Amino acid sequence: MDFDFSEEQMQLRQAVRKLLGHHGDVQAARRVLECGGDYDAQLWRAMSGMGLPGAAIAADHGGSGLGYLELCVIAEELGRSLAPVPMLSSIYLAAEIIKLAGSSTQKMAWLPALAAGTKIGTVAFAGASGAAMHFDGRVLRGAYFPVADGAIADFAIVFARSADCNRPRPFLVDLQGAGVRRARIETIDPTRPHARLELDGAAAEPLAQGNDDSLACLLDRVAVMLAFEQIGGAERALTMARDYALERVAFGRKIGSFQAVKHLLADMFVSVALARGNAFYAAWALDRDAADLPCAAAGAHVSASKAFRHCASNNIQVHGGTGFTWEFDCHLFYRRAQLLALALGQPAYWEARLLRHLPNRTAPSVAAV
Amino acid sequence: MNFDDTPEEAAFRKQARQWLDANAPWPLEAALREGGLSSPGLTDAFAAAKAWQKKKAEAGWACLNWPREYGGRGSTPMERVIWSQEEGPFAALSWLFTIGHGMCGPTMIAYASEQQKRRYLPALASGEEIWCQLFSEPAAGSDLAGLRTRAQRHGDDWIVNGQKVWTSGAHLSQFGIILVRTDPSVPKHQGLTMFFLDMRSPGIVIKPIRQANGRSEFNEVFLSDVRIPDAQRLGAPGQGWQVSLTTLMNERLSIGSGMATGFEPLIDYCCSARGPHGALIDDPALRSRLADWAIRSLGLKYTAMRAISALSRGATPGPENSIGKLVAGSMQQEIASFVLDLQGESGIVTDPAQAPADGRFQAMLLRAPATRVEGGTDEILRNIIAERVLGLPADIRVDKDVPFNALDSPA
Ligand SMILES: Cc1cc2nc3c(=O)[nH]c(=O)nc-3n(C[C@H](O)[C@H](O)[C@H](O)COP(=O)(O)OP(=O)(O)OC[C@H]3O[C@@H](n4cnc5c(N)ncnc54)[C@H](O)[C@@H]3O)c2cc1C
Repeated sequence: MDFDFSEEQMQLRQAVRKLLGHHGDVQAARRVLECGGDYDAQLWRAMSGMGLPGAAIAADHGGSGLGYLELCVIAEELGRSLAPVPMLSSIYLAAEIIKLAGSSTQKMAWLPALAAGTKIGTVAFAGASGAAMHFDGRVLRGAYFPVADGAIADFAIVFARSADCNRPRPFLVDLQGAGVRRARIETIDPTRPHARLELDGAAAEPLAQGNDDSLACLLDRVAVMLAFEQIGGAERALTMARDYALERVAFGRKIGSFQAVKHLLADMFVSVALARGNAFYAAWALDRDAADLPCAAAGAHVSASKAFRHCASNNIQVHGGTGFTWEFDCHLFYRRAQLLALALGQPAYWEARLLRHLPNRTAPSVAAV
Repeated sequence: MNFDDTPEEAAFRKQARQWLDANAPWPLEAALREGGLSSPGLTDAFAAAKAWQKKKAEAGWACLNWPREYGGRGSTPMERVIWSQEEGPFAALSWLFTIGHGMCGPTMIAYASEQQKRRYLPALASGEEIWCQLFSEPAAGSDLAGLRTRAQRHGDDWIVNGQKVWTSGAHLSQFGIILVRTDPSVPKHQGLTMFFLDMRSPGIVIKPIRQANGRSEFNEVFLSDVRIPDAQRLGAPGQGWQVSLTTLMNERLSIGSGMATGFEPLIDYCCSARGPHGALIDDPALRSRLADWAIRSLGLKYTAMRAISALSRGATPGPENSIGKLVAGSMQQEIASFVLDLQGESGIVTDPAQAPADGRFQAMLLRAPATRVEGGTDEILRNIIAERVLGLPADIRVDKDVPFNALDSPA
């Protein structure tokens, strides 16, 4: 047993951190915020040059074939710097569902472009619960919002209902084609753009291996990667608060010498540590495709959502009035914390899934989640 | 990252499991699983604990990480984790020896003479002799270095006078480690010295204290002209504070065994008790709180495993491991009062024969405040994390550099 990342994985972390630092670290997100841009295309190209988007895509499909643990390491670094790149939409979601449910032709058609960062994909689903989209055997009709990177994606996997399924299944739609309308919408975190997607007779093809469980299965996997982004953000917010507490003076002392502040920071440390424990286990469960992935993934996401929200809000508290300015970065973390906590649907879904799949549960559940 | 056993680990696990299958006190299993030590099904917890410890020691399954010649097994940290996973509910029987094995033994291993180690450690490992820890005093708890019990040198002996308090298991112990003041003319941390002593020495009077939960597990210990041979000194005179930190470090090493959070009994309860939506575990109104405890409990478990990994790679267990008790203590208290609320008016019944769930949540609620105090209060643990992990400034300490006998307060 070994419950930590390997030496090589730590080196990868350093390399990713260096790359992100080279592109301005949090300033990259700040630029997108101030210019109302979609994402940092230069950074995305540089990341693609290093093979980062394709970390968990097999070499046969144009990826670097490293694995999920490496993808988690990358995710944590992206979270730390709030990197404004379409990783959630194009990689965690789109590449993952194609890997899970695509035919080999579909994989060959789309994965290499996603891995190379030359095409951006996204997945449209209404939370974890269901679809407001219908497939009539040929085309899709309906509307979804918010869709991550929906305005810039080249194609989307849309979860939709059809006559022959109980739960929504994945369909591939070319977003440049006819019958597609999309418009950017304002969200709580403008550094990660979202769009409203309306399909009115857009041509679509089903992902060949898609089934009623595809969505839940996909979301479990994404929850793990997202948890690492959240932990990266949470830890960064903690570090910012700690650094400020060591610098700011009030009543003739550093504010970090007041116990009320110290204990606030100690509690932030505890939430991050617990979230990290949960996420590590989930990363392993994902890498192994272990049977307890649903519980591990839900636990990781719930824990990381709490930690990031907790640290981001206390970070503002420790910064005082300064923390509530547009100019300081505190609100970027606060915003991102809310976005990521809701990116995969209601927390209640994840809480229920966690409890439903607890290993020490004795009685069978009535509600299948 | 690999939560699977290596082939060696798997072989070790198999060996442990086979031995447990053949030797564990299986008739007690159900009682231990349901109510731990306070289970009404466990009539003589003291005898059961002694018998189980002895059996383990004879077969080499006691104090696994201690060297073989001192009654241990010379195991790796990982083997210890595997053992505690396999020992499962029977680990609750180790309550009597927690302080001796976790604190006193490691201090003896670090500071006692070879001859002393061979004499005392095997009997400590096997539970034949019970040890206690005499640190806290009426005026020195969180501020341990403010202790006043005096020891003065007379020839080959030290003469000790003073009072200790909250000494768990003193009434059951043959030996103890004791921290005393040997030099009041220097600042408080510098004038302390550690010894071990025979609890049957003349001049020791032990008075049990009745606890808030009605039980009596800790004591007042009065020491009047108690003689301790200099040969029983652990570390140099004046080095007692550093020695006590070694003890603490070792307490952190026992993290692998994991703190009880109350989560497992909670889930058992919520799977069997029923409400308007079937089993309580499926009640949407309870979901958010149950999930919150789930992530804290699981998070703690995996955090402990990460610490073990770090240990296996040669790192020293650091202050970050203070989070175990900090999280577990308040969880026990929150969970117990949550379940009492669910039980409604019968939540006040404590009689195990009539209370819901054998009264275990009532017992948990009444015991929980102690967890948040013993061995470092919640506030002290937060200070430790803030200062030693996050690097924030230490609290202002007006008495730190003043000779102890020049302070206002000492009597
Ligand atoms: C069940 C139980 C078993 C025990 N067993 C043993 C044993 O076997 N051997 C032994 O030596 N001791 C034992 N103890 C003693 C235990 O270690 C002390 O009770 C503990 O360290 C707290 O000390 P105190 O009781 O003097 O409280 P105090 O130190 O007086 O604390 C009172 C309150 O003040 C707060 N406080 C104190 N200092 C600070 C600070 N710097 N910053 C913020 N808040 C502060 C505390 O957090 C607490 O809330 C046991 C205690 C219990 C409850």
